[in-house]
Amino acid sequence: MYDGGKIIFGLIIFLVLVTLPFTLSIGKDYTKVNPKIDTPEIMKLPETERKCVESKDFMRKEHMKMLIEWRDAVVRDGKTLYVNSQGKTFNMSLQNTCMQCHSNKSKFCDECHNYVKVKPYCWDCHIEPKENIKKEAAL
Amino acid sequence: MGIGLALITVLGLIFFAYFGTAVVGLNALFAIVFPYAAFIIFVLGFIYRIVKWGKSPVPYRIPTTAGQHYSSLWFKQNKIDNPSTAWGVALRMFFEVFTFRSLFRNTKAELLQGRLYVGSSKWLWLGAIAFHYSFLVIFLRHMRFFTPETPWVIDTIESLDSFLQVHILGSPLLYITNLTILAALLYLLGRRILDPKIKYISLPSDYFPLFLILGIITTGILMRYFFKVDVTAIKELTLGLVYFKPVVPKGIGSLFYIHLFLVSILFAYFPFSKLMHMGGVFLSPTRNLANNNRMERHVNPWEYPVKHRHYEEYEDEFREKMKKAGIPVEKE
Repeated sequence: MYDGGKIIFGLIIFLVLVTLPFTLSIGKDYTKVNPKIDTPEIMKLPETERKCVESKDFMRKEHMKMLIEWRDAVVRDGKTLYVNSQGKTFNMSLQNTCMQCHSNKSKFCDECHNYVKVKPYCWDCHIEPKENIKKEAAL
Repeated sequence: MGIGLALITVLGLIFFAYFGTAVVGLNALFAIVFPYAAFIIFVLGFIYRIVKWGKSPVPYRIPTTAGQHYSSLWFKQNKIDNPSTAWGVALRMFFEVFTFRSLFRNTKAELLQGRLYVGSSKWLWLGAIAFHYSFLVIFLRHMRFFTPETPWVIDTIESLDSFLQVHILGSPLLYITNLTILAALLYLLGRRILDPKIKYISLPSDYFPLFLILGIITTGILMRYFFKVDVTAIKELTLGLVYFKPVVPKGIGSLFYIHLFLVSILFAYFPFSKLMHMGGVFLSPTRNLANNNRMERHVNPWEYPVKHRHYEEYEDEFREKMKKAGIPVEKE
């Protein structure tokens, strides 16, 4: 090979870069997410009532879209009521509807958001709920 | 003709991934086997191509002399476009790789009302640089799926890309690069279709990467803004690949598998295609050689050791015969 030294040096840089995902994961635990929905507020409800605004599958995929649409509806258009696919009416409010049941932000919201590296800007305006972590742990 | 073949191939690949996951249900094949295979082909193929290029001798300095060369003191040398030192070459390569300087100098000749006009033409450069940087940003952003903890650089890129906080579509944050790469790709494809001269020289291997990347971009955009997917499940899949603990989580639709399959195809196809200019740009002799032809001695690397014979030796051997034939000799 001509100019072999330089070319091999370049190839080493290439190899280091393309294997970064593998090398960056060395020494870091392979974790899976486990969002908790067993808050006292939810557990208080009878089993049949333990339903979110929409289905679990829908919420998993579309909650961010729903929340941003709620914000616009409430803040910009002054509409505060949401009628879900079952015909049930909800108050469009992150703090008063969502967080009422899901009071465990760190174990519910942050669990997945941190995992997939998403930083929602909900808490730029909303006040973050003060969680009693110790109490949670005891439960 | 070329464009049809490329389009049909990409559509076929999309259908293949859809059929393989939604109908046959071979999710593991598309989630595990193809990505690993593609990655291995990419890395080995890339090294193979570079080494193969490295074996080609470059006997002479052949830099494109795009400016005043090093000359007498009173001529100002263009040190970037006609470098004579390693430092100048490094600068030239830097601007080549990061700003596409050669493309920036692109000119276009046109006949207007019977007269020939030559002028600078920046559109191709703009389309190319918009495409490449958007692709780079998108590629780096995707590292959030392939590392357990993304480095801060990638977080910064991600937040800059989405800083407009536009949410006209189904996501709270619109990525700027989603728009720029789509616009750039459509421009790069459009010029091949609409300009008869470029259409004439375009081959299926020119259209195929464009359609392939367009397919990847489209499926990505669809997943982010229109047909939502379970991102957590997808990260479980991608992180499983990185940790060599592959899993096929449930609830991931075909749209994602089409996206992943097209990316796998892109990686596997990369070393055998024009896309190798990623590595090749560093090995361009017209860019990475210093114009020092007369300052240094350059020996042709394939200089063959020619067996030669002096006349004296020749005469020594045939002297007697030469004399007999009456041919004059230098030594008696």
